[in-house]
Amino acid sequence: MYSEKVMDHFSNPRNVGEITDASGVGEVGNAKCGDIMKIYLQIEDNIIKDVKFKTFGCGAAIATSSIATEMIKGKSLDEALKLTNKAVVEALDGLPPAKVHCSVLAEEAVKAAIEDYMKKQGKETKPSEYIGIEPNEEECCSKCERKCR
Amino acid sequence: MNGNRGIYMDHAATTYTNKEVLEEMLPFFTVNFGNPSSIHKFGRDVRKHIDIAREKVAKALGADPGEIYFTAGGSEADNWAVKGAAYANKNIGNHIITTNIEHHALLHTCEYLEKEGFEVTYLPVDENGLVSVEAVNNAITDKTILISIMYANNEIGTIQPIAEIGRLAREKGIYFHTDAVQAVGSVKIDVREQNIDMLSLSAHKFYGPKGIGALYVRKGIKLINFVHGGAQERGRRAGTENVPGIIGLGKAIELAANNLEGYSKRMTALRDRLIKGVMEKIPYTRLNGHPVKRLPGNANFSFQFVEGESLLLNLDMKGIAGSSGSACTSGSLDPSHVLLAIGLPHEIAHGSLRLSLGAVNTEEDIDYVLGVLPEIVDRLRQMSPLYEKVRGGNTNV
Repeated sequence: MYSEKVMDHFSNPRNVGEITDASGVGEVGNAKCGDIMKIYLQIEDNIIKDVKFKTFGCGAAIATSSIATEMIKGKSLDEALKLTNKAVVEALDGLPPAKVHCSVLAEEAVKAAIEDYMKKQGKETKPSEYIGIEPNEEECCSKCERKCR
Repeated sequence: MNGNRGIYMDHAATTYTNKEVLEEMLPFFTVNFGNPSSIHKFGRDVRKHIDIAREKVAKALGADPGEIYFTAGGSEADNWAVKGAAYANKNIGNHIITTNIEHHALLHTCEYLEKEGFEVTYLPVDENGLVSVEAVNNAITDKTILISIMYANNEIGTIQPIAEIGRLAREKGIYFHTDAVQAVGSVKIDVREQNIDMLSLSAHKFYGPKGIGALYVRKGIKLINFVHGGAQERGRRAGTENVPGIIGLGKAIELAANNLEGYSKRMTALRDRLIKGVMEKIPYTRLNGHPVKRLPGNANFSFQFVEGESLLLNLDMKGIAGSSGSACTSGSLDPSHVLLAIGLPHEIAHGSLRLSLGAVNTEEDIDYVLGVLPEIVDRLRQMSPLYEKVRGGNTNV
């Protein structure tokens, strides 16, 4: 049911852990739905120097977190903010339809962590720009009303 | 089980077909291929063997052969029993009593009947998954025509007080059906002693083939015919018989009945070794289902702070086949209705694992699982943001 890429990131997840004194931390999802992602960023000069994650969730949730951290590591904040759930899905060679919401979570977690950083910097944030992406109908999380508007 | 550590612990999903059973079936594909309804010798010979299989099923349940109807499996038997009794008795009443932990074959049938104007009471269960006989009694109205309560739960293994419910139903003159798909072959059943009016079973849960089951219907029970057509199954379930399947079911149930005591004892010992080991080795773990009144081969745990699917994938990589909740629901993202019914919060229900043991499992298998499972759970917990909150005492939830 999962691609080899997903299984690879699931069995050898990259960047698992925490960053003490992280520049920004983002946590999305909820335990009731069965998945929570938490992303820690260390940011220097607008560049993501290091990134770690912790995830409670299914195989796809772990794999999307893992690959998302890989995709933003070393990138500028502007570049990281361009990360889309579609790009995450593509990088994993696809996800089963029921698991696409995990890629949405990964995108949200990255954006939440960057927003947290910006808040800490006292920079003006425009949450609507980063948080509250609008997934397509079929990408909508089917198990709760979390972000299905 | 073998050198490659391929350990199958998902017998509640399905079992392999016993070799003896398969051998008994094979001639009925090629040599004894006749249609049992045919008048010639090819047909008559097969008819005779179907009758023998029916006797074996009846004997295992303490029923008469005339009370056994072959079906395509457990789901069909459930559908027939519930719809059949509902429609045949709608002039008497429209109320059905069941539980909220039934298999979907039962629950979805009841939901369908609700749309057809029937009223259904879904009784709750306690934290061990037991329904109370008193609650059944209190739910009965003068419109109640059927009580359908599963013998043993497919997910958590809890065995219901079937004989007590049967006695109550008989006293009140209400039909009593039980979905015994998980129980047959593991638990001693006597439909007379236990006052069971209808019972569903499925061969592939006790080392028989898939696609064949049976419904026991006590003589005198009014039931709508399920498939209209020819005279097969006394006209109640038409269609040329699945002869090899029926032969296989007969052999499988005969073997199961003959070995019941020893098998059940051995499974119980393995199960208890597994449960004891898991509970000792892994903190923040809950045993789901009744500690004693449970299927001999069923163990079901919830591991806090981890999610069931990632647990299953990790076990699979170690050669262990288990299930989270029920195999039928693994495509769905919602936690199991059974685990929610016994009061587990969603997040804990998500982290459940069912290991259902069978004839191939050994003590070494159990010890292998006990060797790798704690590591896997720990690894996932180390990755889990929920666990970090517990360990670090960080209440910033």
